[in-house]
Amino acid sequence: MTQTHSSTSLFAPAPQAAPMHRMVAAQAAMELRIMLRNGEQLLLTMVIPILLLAGFSLTSVLDTGQGARVDFLAPGILALAVMSTAFTGQAIGTGFERRYGVLKRLGATPLPRFGLLAAKTLAVLGVELLQIALLCGTAFLLGWAPSGGAVGVLYAALLILLATAAFSALALLMAGTLRAEATLAAANLVYVLLLGLGGVVFPVDRFPAAVQPVLEALPTTALAGGLRSVLTEGAAPALLPVLVLAAWTAAGALLASRFFKWD
Amino acid sequence: MEKAAVEATDVVKRYGAATAVDGLSFTARRGAVTALLGPNGAGKTSTIEICEGFRFADSGRVRVLGLDPVADASALKPRVGVMPQLGGVPTGARAGEWLRLMSAFHARPIPPETLLERLGLQSAAATPFRRLSGGQQQRLSLAAAVIGRPELVFLDEPTAGLDPQARRTTWELVGELRDAGVGVVLTTHYMEEAERLADHVVIIDRGRVVADGSTDELTAAQQELRFDAAPGLDTEDLLAALPTASRIEAVPGEPGSALSRYVIVTEAPGGLGPEFIATVTTWCAANGILPEGLRVQRRTLEDVFLELTGRELRES
Repeated sequence: MTQTHSSTSLFAPAPQAAPMHRMVAAQAAMELRIMLRNGEQLLLTMVIPILLLAGFSLTSVLDTGQGARVDFLAPGILALAVMSTAFTGQAIGTGFERRYGVLKRLGATPLPRFGLLAAKTLAVLGVELLQIALLCGTAFLLGWAPSGGAVGVLYAALLILLATAAFSALALLMAGTLRAEATLAAANLVYVLLLGLGGVVFPVDRFPAAVQPVLEALPTTALAGGLRSVLTEGAAPALLPVLVLAAWTAAGALLASRFFKWD
Repeated sequence: MEKAAVEATDVVKRYGAATAVDGLSFTARRGAVTALLGPNGAGKTSTIEICEGFRFADSGRVRVLGLDPVADASALKPRVGVMPQLGGVPTGARAGEWLRLMSAFHARPIPPETLLERLGLQSAAATPFRRLSGGQQQRLSLAAAVIGRPELVFLDEPTAGLDPQARRTTWELVGELRDAGVGVVLTTHYMEEAERLADHVVIIDRGRVVADGSTDELTAAQQELRFDAAPGLDTEDLLAALPTASRIEAVPGEPGSALSRYVIVTEAPGGLGPEFIATVTTWCAANGILPEGLRVQRRTLEDVFLELTGRELRES
């Protein structure tokens, strides 16, 4: 036996959790790198939004009503970008993490569950900042002239944060209850459906009057509509989009915390 | 400091109508390797996952380092390392990156580079998990289990799918963990692994402990005499020629061989000495039987398992 060497051994027990901020920062950095390295996710979160913004701004294929096309499109595409990261990407990523036992493995580390959620949220916000910078830069090059001033920017930030919370809760609800393959299919389907129906590129008032209230209640529509009314139309910040997004957040978080399965 | 690393008492786990763990009890010490040995589906993984706090037992009591694995989970997590059967690594994470993340969860981790080197993974450090070989994935998962300098590690099938070289590396590391005072609880269906590594073997079959002790205790440090001969040997007549307190078992011979294998153990004074062997060969000569491959050897855990359960441990 080599018991006498135990104090100098590489493996001599010395367990202690790292400080919470270090754990969360490390996990957030890992999540961020994995998201930015994933080609399919970049297609959804960066390439498609930029192509839609530039394509529909530079051509007259799409009738966006009066005013510069980019002024109509930019808020909608920002909403699409937020949805693609917080909902589509997060649902698919988390679904496969659950399937491959990653959530379970992380559950055996000192990182608590709320630390993992905080890290995921930070990573999503990081990707969103990158998207917003890229999309706003592209939009400005295309002649975007947003109105609303400082209040408009603050309101936009509030809506984006709330929408991120709502989309994240819905993403975790889907990823934590469905099989990974079903999540992959369903999350992509929702992306396409809300791209069409969520006021991203097609104005909601073009749809039949009967379905308009339903479309207005969708989280993507609330985000796109709220951003557009302030940034494009220069209207005062409205309460309705905030309420719609808050309701989705509450419902999604409640259901996700109730039904999420970690393995 | 409490002495036992794990104390499980009368643990029961059911999945619907199926009972995976059926009143199982065992104790694992610190500074010792405890192997849960049994065929696939015996309840090893369920047992270990209950100890890890991943699953709730339907009844029974489990204490890990003196604590409740579910109620005291947050206190236990820094102190317990886990290597699940499924690696649990994101497919896009690189090997070195994953170890650095795992080390960031601990205040005094082993440097990731040191572990990569120890486990022969330096050249794979920049490779995403999905492109690692099965053996590399296993070793990465082992490294992640020990990086936080835990007091106790649970290793679920740590050498499944490893080549002999990598298996030896893993065995050496497990030996070092033990010598450093770490409690090691591992599951395996490799007899050789349990015999080589474990201070304490818990043989599990159908959710129950069928035997429990050191390898020597389980094999009772017993010798056996075995030989191959045509099936249908008159074992009762042979037994009558032998000293009392002897036993003969007939088991299938080598695959593809038409011969049966006969295994003799004895508790008679003198044991399997020269005289005993002479008695056997004399009887064979008198009956015109050639005992092929006659040899005396230490009993293996495999023999014990076969005897206790009537089944082979190894799945083909």
